[in-house]
Amino acid sequence: MDGIHDLGGMHGFGPVEREEDEPVFHHDWEKRAFGIEFFTGSRIGTTGDKGRHAIERLAPATYLTASYYEKWMLALELLLEEHGVLTRQEIARRMAELVENHDG
Amino acid sequence: MSGHRHNAPESDIALRVKAIEQLLTEKGIVDPAAIDLVVDYYETRVGPRNGARVVARAWSDPDYKARLLAEATPAIAELGFSGLQGEDMVALENTPEVHNVVVCTLCSCYPWPVLGLPPVWYKSPPYRARIVREPRAVLAEFGTRVADDVEVRVWDSSAELRYMVLPMRPAGTEGLDEEALAALVTRDGMIGVTAL
Repeated sequence: MDGIHDLGGMHGFGPVEREEDEPVFHHDWEKRAFGIEFFTGSRIGTTGDKGRHAIERLAPATYLTASYYEKWMLALELLLEEHGVLTRQEIARRMAELVENHDG
Repeated sequence: MSGHRHNAPESDIALRVKAIEQLLTEKGIVDPAAIDLVVDYYETRVGPRNGARVVARAWSDPDYKARLLAEATPAIAELGFSGLQGEDMVALENTPEVHNVVVCTLCSCYPWPVLGLPPVWYKSPPYRARIVREPRAVLAEFGTRVADDVEVRVWDSSAELRYMVLPMRPAGTEGLDEEALAALVTRDGMIGVTAL
């Protein structure tokens, strides 16, 4: 598949930005995202290759601007829907409920 | 990277992940306690100190080094490091003639059992795009000057095959034991973006 993920040799990117003493995860949600991804693939009958393919199917602008674990989660949503596990509407509804509870 | 607000109620992505975890937990697909365990494992048990022990052993034991370069996966497993994202390992020896550096141009493939999870820059578009086109320029950004008569080899990892660099042993370390040697080995040295 020839897509935006095939970055090798492309021009136009700036310097490699590094972080001193970088933590393994930058946010708690990244830890949860890593763990969710770790278990979900095999439980819903998908594979690492399909997971990578799902990341490669994200829109190019999203691919270049989303953080690494954001891409994982967006790709996972795609797979969850395609495997009939969860719909985006269910996820959106739960997010709205979490906000309500947070405010309440 | 997109900007994440830290003290705001909760970012969209944090909320999204929480919603997904709750829904998948309710469906019995994930178990939050199991997620805690796997996160702890990759935060505290796996990391470049593992790879450093492999390098220190190779520097100290010529027979081990020969096994590592001939067939890295079982040689690394001798020290107890194996598993996910390290099923097929290749060790690349730096020499006075050759400097090796590793990338995954397509994504983020990285040898988890010996180096842990990759840093953000390794997964970033600039590194993936540029290290294969202008490796010496990128290495220079890391403070690594490779002499013109030294060949630079860039190795593109895949989902199946993962690389680690065996750096050159620093001069003046002849008297050091394995533990002291391991302390000299860095993650970036084993990716190949720096020399030791």
